[in-house]
Amino acid sequence: MANDIVKPENLVYSRTKVLTDATMHYCPGCGHGTTHRIVAEVIEELGIQGTTVGVAPVGCSVLAYNYFDVDFQEAAHGRAPALATAIKRLNPDLNVFTYQGDGDLAAIGTAETVHAANRGENITMVFVNNGIYGMTGGQMAPTTLVGMKSATTPYGRCVERNGYPLRITEMLATLPGTYYVTRQSVHTPAAVRKAKAAIKQAFLNQQNKKGLSFVEIVSNCNSGWKMTPVQANKWMEENMFPNYPIGDIKVDGKIAEGIDINRLVVDHPLSVVNK
Amino acid sequence: MAKELQLMKGNEAIARAMIASGCDGYFGYPITPQSEVMETLMAEKPWETTGMTVLQAESEMASINMVYGGAATGKKVATSSSSPGISLMQEGLTYLAGAEIPCLIVNVMRGGPGLGTIQPSQSDYFQSVKGGGHGDYQLYTLAPASVQEMYDFVFDAWDIAFKYRNPVLILSDGAIGQCMEKLYTRDFTPRWTEEERRKNAPWGTWGKPATRGHNIITSLELDSAKQEIFNHKLQAKYAEMKEKEVRYEMLNCEDADYIIVAYGSSSRIAMKAMQMAREKGIKVGLFRLITLFPFPTKQLNELSKKVKGMLCVEMSAGQMIEDVRIATECNIPVEHFGRFGGIIPTPGEVLEALENKIVK
Repeated sequence: MANDIVKPENLVYSRTKVLTDATMHYCPGCGHGTTHRIVAEVIEELGIQGTTVGVAPVGCSVLAYNYFDVDFQEAAHGRAPALATAIKRLNPDLNVFTYQGDGDLAAIGTAETVHAANRGENITMVFVNNGIYGMTGGQMAPTTLVGMKSATTPYGRCVERNGYPLRITEMLATLPGTYYVTRQSVHTPAAVRKAKAAIKQAFLNQQNKKGLSFVEIVSNCNSGWKMTPVQANKWMEENMFPNYPIGDIKVDGKIAEGIDINRLVVDHPLSVVNK
Repeated sequence: MAKELQLMKGNEAIARAMIASGCDGYFGYPITPQSEVMETLMAEKPWETTGMTVLQAESEMASINMVYGGAATGKKVATSSSSPGISLMQEGLTYLAGAEIPCLIVNVMRGGPGLGTIQPSQSDYFQSVKGGGHGDYQLYTLAPASVQEMYDFVFDAWDIAFKYRNPVLILSDGAIGQCMEKLYTRDFTPRWTEEERRKNAPWGTWGKPATRGHNIITSLELDSAKQEIFNHKLQAKYAEMKEKEVRYEMLNCEDADYIIVAYGSSSRIAMKAMQMAREKGIKVGLFRLITLFPFPTKQLNELSKKVKGMLCVEMSAGQMIEDVRIATECNIPVEHFGRFGGIIPTPGEVLEALENKIVK
């Protein structure tokens, strides 16, 4: 019966061959699975499976290399951009991408991130920001919002004690080495389509030797946030998006239309999470 | 360039050997007393000749991780630094060892601890051969004692690194790095072609063809049973190195009553002390270690059955002596003499220590 239905002419969707058969370990409702899928689909659509090398981080997506059917390296915590720098410089014909979370990219790996961007490394960076260290049990991340509770800010992030959430994506947009900087999400079908287009652009920029392309995916962590997936997405829209506004920040090496980089970097008010 | 006699600094010899040995990439960060390595590479512009990539990184942490990324594609990749910078690289070194990535690291040692001094020292022995980073791992460690060996060991390093899929450390010091000596250069070994790279590093992440599964470079294994099996595999590799790759040099050991054990700069000083002792009628031999890991345990043990005592000379508070004592199994007195904090001992001091501590 099932075989009768699965005929090429009936097929409207199938998993990309760039994802392996391995069962993902991500929590139900987490954005990593969707983000993996659209990155893999882009690799398939561009026909670059055989020339792509990915770099996995430390954190929830540490096992990303098991899910992508491309050559992959697993980096030490925060060092993915350093690995990617050398992979690309020694192998200019490879398509190189990093896949990192907020703790990896914006805390322990800040130096590697900033300097890879500042050198204008011709790579694609995917940055999943869910405002928390998911893998280690929900501790405060550099991107944790003011007032947001975590395992190490049980009474909410306090600016006096913990400083401000780091908008590293805006920071990177100010560097001449970045060519394309955008912030997307994957919580609705429309958002997924936009995020996929952004990731595709980021890979195309690399093929055209334009320099560093940086795609932030604002995502959820329903386990770490202690919410249902539906609640987590709603909370993300209400709290994460005002602090991490969705959309292009830098396109074709120029700050995107309608973006006042001074507002984003210096004056943009930090909203406190809803109780 | 055919075999040619030249005069150059040890650090420059390292750089020129990298270019001449077909190195694909160098990633480094400035630190005294080894900055001439990257300075020479930048001045030579090998990207215009051999195609070698040279990049100044933002930190030693970045440079060792660039080595990881580049070398994991199956290319010959190197870095160099000095003691404080090598400390920063320890995380990277244990990941390189854990992911079995062949590569070359050069440490031109200076005195510590902390920022210490910029003068020569040999106080990174423990860090080099006892781990340094976390976990059970070993770096194949070569200790050059001349500018010629600085040059030659770079060539040797690639052979060992790729044969065993293991990082190789050249453990030098500020004296060998900074001194100028004559050396014979070698013919150029071309960088590997794409076909050679794929043949020599079938495990590399150089892009997955349809003919194989994806290659993964990682040091992570969440299943403890599998991680233990992997640890056994690493230990078997190190055991094979101990069996096959030990290197050392014995001078005047045949008739010796006493032996000085040393490596690197100290072995040069010890050689002079040995001559001075022989002039006084004391039969002294020199056992010079070339590999610090694998350690010449068997050879020192055999020698300990023939002589009356050994003096370990090292520019440290006494690190290598622990392995010499283990090797010699308390058969004979084994003592340490060292100056440290950037002070180089004189041959006279070594002779005096030998007479006071061993000959008596």
